[in-house]
Amino acid sequence: MRNPLSQRITTIQPSGIRKFFDIVSEMKDAISLGVGEPDFDTPWRIREEGIYSLEQGRTFYTSNAGLAELKDAIAEYLSRRFDLTYNPKKEMLVTVGGSEAIDIALRAMLDPGDEVLIPQPSYVSYEPCTILANGKPVIINLKAENEFRLTAQELEEAITDKTKILVLPFPNNPTGAIMEKKDLESIAEVVIRHDLFVLTDEIYAELSYAGDHVSIASLPGMRDRTVYINGFSKAYAMTGWRLGYVCAPQVILEQMMKIHQFAIMCAPTTSQYAAIEAVRHCDEEVAAMRDEYNTRRRYLVNRFLQMGIECFEPFGAFYIFPSIQKYGMTSEEFATRFLNEKKVAVVPGTAFGASGEGFIRISYAYSLENLKIAIDRMEEFVKGM
Amino acid sequence: MEEKLLNYIEKNARIDIKELAVLMGEDETAVMNTLEKLRADNIICGYHTLINWDAVGIEKVNALIEVRVTPQRGMGFDKVAQYIYNYPEVNAVYLISGNFDFMVTLEGKTLREVSEFVTEKLSTIDSVQSTRTNFILKKYKDHGTIMAKEVRDERMKMVL
Repeated sequence: MRNPLSQRITTIQPSGIRKFFDIVSEMKDAISLGVGEPDFDTPWRIREEGIYSLEQGRTFYTSNAGLAELKDAIAEYLSRRFDLTYNPKKEMLVTVGGSEAIDIALRAMLDPGDEVLIPQPSYVSYEPCTILANGKPVIINLKAENEFRLTAQELEEAITDKTKILVLPFPNNPTGAIMEKKDLESIAEVVIRHDLFVLTDEIYAELSYAGDHVSIASLPGMRDRTVYINGFSKAYAMTGWRLGYVCAPQVILEQMMKIHQFAIMCAPTTSQYAAIEAVRHCDEEVAAMRDEYNTRRRYLVNRFLQMGIECFEPFGAFYIFPSIQKYGMTSEEFATRFLNEKKVAVVPGTAFGASGEGFIRISYAYSLENLKIAIDRMEEFVKGM
Repeated sequence: MEEKLLNYIEKNARIDIKELAVLMGEDETAVMNTLEKLRADNIICGYHTLINWDAVGIEKVNALIEVRVTPQRGMGFDKVAQYIYNYPEVNAVYLISGNFDFMVTLEGKTLREVSEFVTEKLSTIDSVQSTRTNFILKKYKDHGTIMAKEVRDERMKMVL
């Protein structure tokens, strides 16, 4: 029989830490700090709108780009929260999570050989999606000494005449790093000078703890060269609803729309109706969750400081990314031993790229009580070394 | 700072000052001083434990009593309220807008105990015109806490 597979798909390696994940899922009594999704339930008023839409029999496809009412509400929200102006009819598409938006943006923009700059550590999908879109991923290894922010110099050094897109994943999973306005301004200058495009993944925008989040799309000259991705999963605790959106200049969005319409049709209808309530009326719920995450964040930063574990203060998302270099183990060894000896699961930094070596990702999408138990165990664990 | 502090301890009164300061991102001494002041000003009036008595199997009878009164000369609502709230078995007294004047919440050991209080004490107060007693059959949520909520983490153990 002929090889049923494409060459390209076989070049994409399955995640190296699959093995570790399997051990975690089999260990029934382990406490996990490994979950990258909110621990909160979706606010009731959002769920109730979803239920109501089902009662009303709203179970049909929506238009490909999404419900007009939802897009109008998102446009209003983006302007209110992040000073972004997008035409909901021509520059916005409702997607199946931020993940779909990443995929279709890269597919709409890349030709074979085009290079995509991907800062790491970062979420795992940018690299394979680039490869699947015929592009060439070029990794920028971010540094702990810069608090895992991307600097203009690092960007400049990675640019070649093939470079087309810069992926900007901030607030960042797994490091919790953010990019403040001044950081973004220096990046924008380089991007404009080299005529690049930016794919900014701002799914954690609402979870920013050092003042209001700033989007690179709001900086002068950047709107026309930015694809802006956001969604409902993190801010509204709606991961399972699978709903995101992307805003981009019409010339890009029209092409993304083709892929979306043939591959997806439309985002889930129930989720879209529920999401209207989210963007219109849930600023307070979001703020309450943000406050709770922030409380946990301060707790963890303080505990690591007391334990003498090196860690920069993260100001975004719900992750903290301490260094375990001084214990003389790889991230995976550390995570495996910690799991076996203390029954606490954390994610090795290397799951998010080679530059995550020497670090572990700890999620604080857990109650303070659980975090206390887990960090007490971590304290015992490192004392024993 | 005061409002922030109150919001924190309203949900968790047992927390120690050192930890409270860390969670709030504030200075420990400042937190302590604010706390002292709030106690002294009687803004923090007490600390209570929220107990799901139903789950212990200890019978308690709770009632919400609507009370209609005729305020008399020289004796406004405040005075009538005082007559009511001075009884230790009364948990709360609220002046209410609408069809009646006071909402009184009461806790007793038995139905008889509660009805005796209503008939013998409450109804006999001069200005009290009428009462209507509503016994609580089941508490679903109290003080913002859902009573019988099972906390389960149904997320996968690892999500990147």
